[in-house]
Amino acid sequence: MTSFRVYRSRRGDLEPHFEDFEVEVQAGATVLDALLAIRREMDPSLVVRHSCMHASCGTCGVRVDGRERLACDTRVADVARGKTIRVEPLVNQRVVADLATDMLDFQARLEPVGLPLLRTAESEAGAEPPDGIKSYVRFESCIECGLCLSACPVAHLDADFIGPAALAAAERIVEEPRGRDVGTVLALASEPDSAWRCRDAMQCTAVCPSAVEPATALSRIRRRVAVDGARRLFGRR
Amino acid sequence: MDRMTHGSGGGAGGARGAGDALGTTRGIRAPAPHVVIVGGGGTGGAIAHDLSLRGLRVTLVERGEITSGSTGRHHGLLHSGARYVTTDRSSAIECSAENKILRRICPGSFEENDGLYVAISDDDVAFADRFLEACWQCAVPAKRINRDTALRMEPQLSPALRFAVQVPDATMDAMRMPLRFFATARRHGLEIKPFTEVTAVKMTGRTVNGVAVRDHSTGRDYEIGADVVINAAGAWAGKVAALAEVKVPLVLSPGVMVAIRGRHCNMAVSRLNSPGDGDALVPQRGLTLAGTSSWIATNPDDLGLPQGDVEMIVREGALMIPALATAKIRAVWVSARPLIGEPEPRPRRRARSAHAATSGAADPATDGREPTGQPSPGRELARGMRCLDHATDATPTQGFVTVAGGKATTLRAMAEVTADLVCAKLGLDCQCETADYVLLPHTAWYGA
Repeated sequence: MTSFRVYRSRRGDLEPHFEDFEVEVQAGATVLDALLAIRREMDPSLVVRHSCMHASCGTCGVRVDGRERLACDTRVADVARGKTIRVEPLVNQRVVADLATDMLDFQARLEPVGLPLLRTAESEAGAEPPDGIKSYVRFESCIECGLCLSACPVAHLDADFIGPAALAAAERIVEEPRGRDVGTVLALASEPDSAWRCRDAMQCTAVCPSAVEPATALSRIRRRVAVDGARRLFGRR
Repeated sequence: MDRMTHGSGGGAGGARGAGDALGTTRGIRAPAPHVVIVGGGGTGGAIAHDLSLRGLRVTLVERGEITSGSTGRHHGLLHSGARYVTTDRSSAIECSAENKILRRICPGSFEENDGLYVAISDDDVAFADRFLEACWQCAVPAKRINRDTALRMEPQLSPALRFAVQVPDATMDAMRMPLRFFATARRHGLEIKPFTEVTAVKMTGRTVNGVAVRDHSTGRDYEIGADVVINAAGAWAGKVAALAEVKVPLVLSPGVMVAIRGRHCNMAVSRLNSPGDGDALVPQRGLTLAGTSSWIATNPDDLGLPQGDVEMIVREGALMIPALATAKIRAVWVSARPLIGEPEPRPRRRARSAHAATSGAADPATDGREPTGQPSPGRELARGMRCLDHATDATPTQGFVTVAGGKATTLRAMAEVTADLVCAKLGLDCQCETADYVLLPHTAWYGA
């Protein structure tokens, strides 16, 4: 049996509190498997978001022992180590109930930048697209899970900070505009609550389940904003 | 060689879009009938979109998060129809048609990377002529690709490759494509209630007139009145029907999926043979999804994970792309196909290559695939959809419709058939408009 301490809250009369559950988990089971077992066998009212079960959709982000993780991508055996596992919702985002957060705040930050959904595929070494196809397209790596925003210490202090995901998206657009206006995106990145608010805590990159590396993107776009600003200052284009 | 994505330029030719002016009561005198949809999967979302476009008032309830059932968990393949040409022609034809429509109404939702059916064994080679002929008969564009070209297209394919067939499969994000239906329907007035579980179907005599629900996010119980209740609960449709004392011939056929680290192919790679276990590889972002298996389950909330299925799927996948044998696994999960039909009870069958392993006949030329092997339990059921009007049951129930079967590729068509039936039941004369209606992007789902 593995012990879980799960954050519970309800809109209305239920004060936020923790509830303990003992769950029998199979070998290889994930934290999401355990949460669904709790909902199935102990408490059908447990509210938890999930969809794809394989770290592609980004809906099941939670904090496990204080660390932002995708529940579907976190094996119980890797985090249990004989102690109680604490599961809480993401922070810096509004809680719907229990472990479910409303992604509206996260998406509202992304919206002015726009998500660069498609780009040239990263083919395996040596792979060539078939005749007639210039290049493959594929989805951008960001799965919009919100882990980076939850882990960001600046977002915790400044609710207006645009956050790592939006700045990583901005950097993608600057690198590969695909017809987008780079100037507008750079202007967004140079606003007071944007790229310059980052304090290089690197937590976004540490928790990103999709290897987007927002912190690296952030440092790149800051450099680009600085160069752009200097050029404008000295009248060079 | 031309790309095989069959379909016209997205949104062209008079297609309307969600940005158009809306008439909320087009063709219907106010107040419009109220329909409650139970189930927030792709089917429920597509029905909500269809009925909202026709001007009906729609409320959708979902026990968990939207797309948290089978919808989000599939491999993300937009079928060209080729998978079914030899076993289920009507599904193949339907997939072929819907493939074109979805590309038109969901621009940007698909990687237009095509699919490659690979022949590796003598048995695959023998199957190819029948496959190509069946593709032609079902209007699925299919083109034979020689070995060298195929290996250039997909360098990680097995050197044992003989040749391949290219078809207009595509890959999608299993959650984000259906979200566009929800987002668009909500723009047209859909009331959507996630984390809201149906606790009872309200009836007067044998006429359904609403549902009782519990909102788990608030703990509140309440009732929602309805002129028609549509049971679109997918794998849970049997449970919902039981609340109205209605039986539906639903068969849960789960399968195991394995997400393997690394993008080992850019096209959707399938085995050029009859549908079988572990015969599909679908690239998703930086992962390669391998699947699947098939058995019969009874509890949609506890599908189990059969011993050996993961190993079988990786082994079968590695016959097509050898690197999969040693690649790291990121995730393993189970998803239930809600199929319609009454299968013969049959013990679970071993995978094809397991046969070779146990008989010691690991001949690389045939790799142990059984040319005439019986399909796994669940595979023999048609993948077509059924829309059941329970008013025609032996014990008629009015105001209650169940939709089940089908697949992600055909969600729009399932919705059209269901909405046609519901409108006929309500005596409404309104046409389906979804085939030309460009959907809002998935990000609109998160808008207020």
